Amino acid sequence: MSQPIDTAYLDLDTKDKTFLDSTEMVLNMGPQHPSTHGVLRVILKLDGEKVLGTECVIGYLHRGVEKIGENRTYTMFNPYVDRMDYVAAVSNGLGYCETVEKLLNVEAPPRAQYIRVIMTELCRIASHQVWLGTHALDIGALTPLFYAFRDREEILKIFEKYCGARLTTHAFRIGGCIYETYDGFEEDVKKYCTFFLPKLDEYEELLTTNRIWVTRTKGVGILKPEDCIALGVTGPVLRASGVKWDLRKAQPYECYKEMDFEIPTGLNGDTYDRYLVRVAEMRQSVRILQQAVDSIPTGPIMAKVPKVIKPPVGEVYHSIEAPKGELGYFIVSDGSTQPYRVRVRPPSFVNLQALDKMVRGMLVADVVAVIGTLDIVLGEVDR
Amino acid sequence: MPEDSKGSDSVSPQPEGAKAPAETAAPGKPQAKPATPEAAADVKSPSAGAAPATGSKPTEAVKSAHPAAPKTAAPGASTKPATPAATAAKPAAPAAKPPAAPAKPAGPAPEPWESELITALRQQNGSGIVEASRYLGQRYVIVDSSILQEILLRMRNAEGFDYCVDITAVHYPKREQQFDVVYVLYSFPHNERIRVKTRIKDGEHVPSAVPIWETANWLEREAYDMFGIVFDGHPGLKRILLPDDWKGHPLRKDYDILQQDREWVQINLGIESGQ
Repeated sequence: MSQPIDTAYLDLDTKDKTFLDSTEMVLNMGPQHPSTHGVLRVILKLDGEKVLGTECVIGYLHRGVEKIGENRTYTMFNPYVDRMDYVAAVSNGLGYCETVEKLLNVEAPPRAQYIRVIMTELCRIASHQVWLGTHALDIGALTPLFYAFRDREEILKIFEKYCGARLTTHAFRIGGCIYETYDGFEEDVKKYCTFFLPKLDEYEELLTTNRIWVTRTKGVGILKPEDCIALGVTGPVLRASGVKWDLRKAQPYECYKEMDFEIPTGLNGDTYDRYLVRVAEMRQSVRILQQAVDSIPTGPIMAKVPKVIKPPVGEVYHSIEAPKGELGYFIVSDGSTQPYRVRVRPPSFVNLQALDKMVRGMLVADVVAVIGTLDIVLGEVDR
Repeated sequence: MPEDSKGSDSVSPQPEGAKAPAETAAPGKPQAKPATPEAAADVKSPSAGAAPATGSKPTEAVKSAHPAAPKTAAPGASTKPATPAATAAKPAAPAAKPPAAPAKPAGPAPEPWESELITALRQQNGSGIVEASRYLGQRYVIVDSSILQEILLRMRNAEGFDYCVDITAVHYPKREQQFDVVYVLYSFPHNERIRVKTRIKDGEHVPSAVPIWETANWLEREAYDMFGIVFDGHPGLKRILLPDDWKGHPLRKDYDILQQDREWVQINLGIESGQ
């Protein structure tokens, strides 16, 4: 009764007689994919489940930050930079303020430097906590997300008490800090340090020897040190490949020279090592926090800067060690109140370029792990 | 009264300042607002401060006086040379403190940078090395675009600048060579930075640095996207942050901040305007 099944579409007459055709497949991932951390779109070229190549499509969050900078005064542009890497807004502000200070040839007073370092290190921990939570979530471990966000809350509370904002803080001004520390700031930071170290052990208990975690991350997305340098990859990704380089040590800014801390490095440059490096970095940040809080000097918090900021004609490139890598600003001044050109060298943008090299030959599920381990924020990639 | 005479001083280098953008790196930004009295007061003190500091070198005096030139030119040229100077002189007295700060940074003008590297480069390339300077402790060298690739290769291979931090561009529409292409390089072995710059005309191509540093790929694509600078030999030069079929290069100075590719917005987003 039934009609003969039309098998033509199965293409059984191909040479290898398979209807499960093994030619390459192109798969689109994102921009609305939960594991792409925002609006990253990756086009994957696959052979079965093996990745042959990738292409990143970015720019969905492009707001033209650099163009905005040219049309605002130096002071007005300051809050905008917080919107690039919004999970590490304090670092962005620090980099910008320092660069303009360099143009003006002024330096923040010692007390302001200490406040800045404390805030930036808190921000580094907060940024790494977001990374840890989301990265673990992508790989399938749900609990670290709750733990990390619960503990990050305490940092945000300190931020809120200090400057009234939790995320896009606009904590610093050109020439120093605008806010004096609130009563009990030092105690809060100290309390946080003692609170956080056991929590960090807790994260490690959940993950470091977790068999699923280790299997999903060891040997995944390996980057050799020479590849890192050729690709311009910086930050924990570079250090996990064994290059002991941190701008806080290599070209110290603020009062990092007076701090005693180590640069954790990895051996294999895989996802697992990057995890270990970031966790170790959080411990080092706690060390810096403890030292900074103990030795915070008294004095003014604002250098002598004019109300109307008008740097002399010239250009300057300055970079800091943001949680994600080298965050650089290249500012050209024409002597007016507005920057002639602001260029942001975003660590996420440059690091994301390594994705292709890292996932070739891996499986699709590893792409998710590698995007997580690169720790990108699309607000900064697209600017 | 002495302030008044200073005011006229700062106007006098005006013809030189007007010539300056053609030959120096000083950008001539179109002035958004006519100079307010406050701005004029600000301007006056750097030029006054710069005069004794760099008096011996005439070229630098012109350069540091240059920020003053367009400002004072605006009111000065608009037929009333006397009144702006007079009004500027008055607020200068109470506002003496704030302008004192910009007077200090007016000191570090770019100074010539001489080193073994630069002498070697000059010997090898002659006039290809346009300028080698140091500003606020940061060194940069401006080279001709014809020898750019050679210089960059040498920087990586012989001088140890193994890490290309950033590639970007700056647009100076008033200059004949409209674009500065800037390469920020870092050396891991020596822990130092250097900027290599080249100047190109609109439409002129630059050799790609992708064969030298892989990281140049996206950075050059961004420079192409934002400025329309074509990098020869780039493996896939296309837009990166803006849509592929977008028209215009937004970081050029003639691209207004509110400007957009209306047609693209209407077709692809189905709305009248993205604003």
